[in-house]
Amino acid sequence: MKNYVAAIIGLCLVAPAQRAWTADELTGTLKKIKDAGFISVGHRESSIPFSYYDDKNEVVGYSQDLVMMVVGAVKNRLNMPNLQVKLIPVTSQNRIPLIQNGTIDIESGSTTNNVERQQQVSFSDTMFIIATRLLVKKDSGIKDFPDLKGKNVVVTAGTTSERLIREMNEKNNMGMNIISAKDHGESFLTLQSGRASAFMLDDALLAGERAKARRPDEWVIVGTPQSKEAYGMMMRKGDDQFKKLVDETVAKAETSGQAAKLYQKWFQSPIPPKGLNLDLPLSDDMKELFKNPNDKAFQ
Amino acid sequence: MVSFVAGLDWNIFFQPAFDGSGTYLRFLLIGLAWTILLSVTAWILAFVIGSIVGVLRTFPGRLLPGLGAVYVELFRNVPLLVQLFLWYFVLPEIIPGLGTWFKQALNPLLQQFVSGVLCLGFFTAARVAEQVRSGINSLGRGQRGAGLALGLNLPQVYQLILLPVAYRIIIPPLTSEFLNIIKNSAVASTIGLAELSRQAQQLGEFTAHWYESFIAVTLLYGIINVTVMIVSQFVERVTRLPGYLGGRK
Repeated sequence: MKNYVAAIIGLCLVAPAQRAWTADELTGTLKKIKDAGFISVGHRESSIPFSYYDDKNEVVGYSQDLVMMVVGAVKNRLNMPNLQVKLIPVTSQNRIPLIQNGTIDIESGSTTNNVERQQQVSFSDTMFIIATRLLVKKDSGIKDFPDLKGKNVVVTAGTTSERLIREMNEKNNMGMNIISAKDHGESFLTLQSGRASAFMLDDALLAGERAKARRPDEWVIVGTPQSKEAYGMMMRKGDDQFKKLVDETVAKAETSGQAAKLYQKWFQSPIPPKGLNLDLPLSDDMKELFKNPNDKAFQ
Repeated sequence: MVSFVAGLDWNIFFQPAFDGSGTYLRFLLIGLAWTILLSVTAWILAFVIGSIVGVLRTFPGRLLPGLGAVYVELFRNVPLLVQLFLWYFVLPEIIPGLGTWFKQALNPLLQQFVSGVLCLGFFTAARVAEQVRSGINSLGRGQRGAGLALGLNLPQVYQLILLPVAYRIIIPPLTSEFLNIIKNSAVASTIGLAELSRQAQQLGEFTAHWYESFIAVTLLYGIINVTVMIVSQFVERVTRLPGYLGGRK
């Protein structure tokens, strides 16, 4: 009897200690990855140059390179050098539900970190900062947003640009017809076919669309930036352990100069599929970000 | 399931929409109105063309039934989404003058609506034509001969004898086609028309409340379709003939 009591007391003493011992125990996404033996990475299909299929049908891009660094860090952390990586294409409509329902563990493409989305998912340290501007034909005479009065303007449905241009139209009574296309490719098709005079979107994505044109030098990016947006990787909300690992990886890439090299590779050198150069200079916002990595949203 | 639904934030529908059009509820109802307008307009087109093509397929001779068959096979076998892209993106490019006018002078919303109506109308017409043809063929061959023997000409035989009964017989399959056109109208979202499924996507996009948005939109589609079914059953009851298809003598 005495022995039993001692054993029970002993257990009571040991149990909390054991919990403290295993503070490093895997939880959430990392545990899921370890148990499943694979990590599911969500990517985009045509967000040039962030995340897209190249001519060999492989997923490439600035965001893809960064997320592969995260995958490397996960492999190290879990001590699983042969961890399988499942690449799953996502759209702007399904990316949040797919994170929430566990289909993908992390999404890395061109997803803006904003306050509404933060209530549903969590975001890593910012990978990229963009400004919303206009893509127009070189000889169209459109230099800035006021020139759009009474014109047809195309935006991709669901983007911040769509919200901003509709607000601007209403506030300044500009009489624009706003066309909401399904995706960036269709928006650019709408612009190219003459249905719209201008295409409003994030500058980096506009440069990417321009690179797909038959004659890229016919198109120019103009206009005062209407907003800034921070792109981050998306993860399930409330998973601090995984977020910490991802943040550390992104921050290290940014402060060590690796991210600046990636920037050069994707924004200032010829890229697949056509070997075009987006020729987008590193902005002051990006320089500041690389000095002080953070996960702050602009809106 | 119940706790999942209760855990969602249903207040989202009373918050102001991103485009300043009012609440998100109103935003969805605007989409509902476009879906109904698009479906009904396209249905009228489908019914008219489908009836003509269906009747052609039952005509004597080879040329006219052949033309009808070509129409049906063409529009029934090309995927709806591809047809929509042809109507909206390709057709204006290959008709020089009219196409440019369509693209540049017409309000974009009207462009999307017209393309959507033509696409859904011509596609569904192929299916309606098959229903009309089978309705006419289900009547005894003797009816046509009897009509002609009475001295009626062919159009009169169709108008007075064959079609009135054939249409009554095919009310149930036509109801299915109408329900289909409502659901198919969601393809118009791919060219930017702000119909119900597009508005649901936009709601999800701007509020990040995807589950609430798609649950609400499923309910709205359900309500339209149940209404259509009730109306069609009513029509069926009112028009039924004594001695035919369960009508009392």
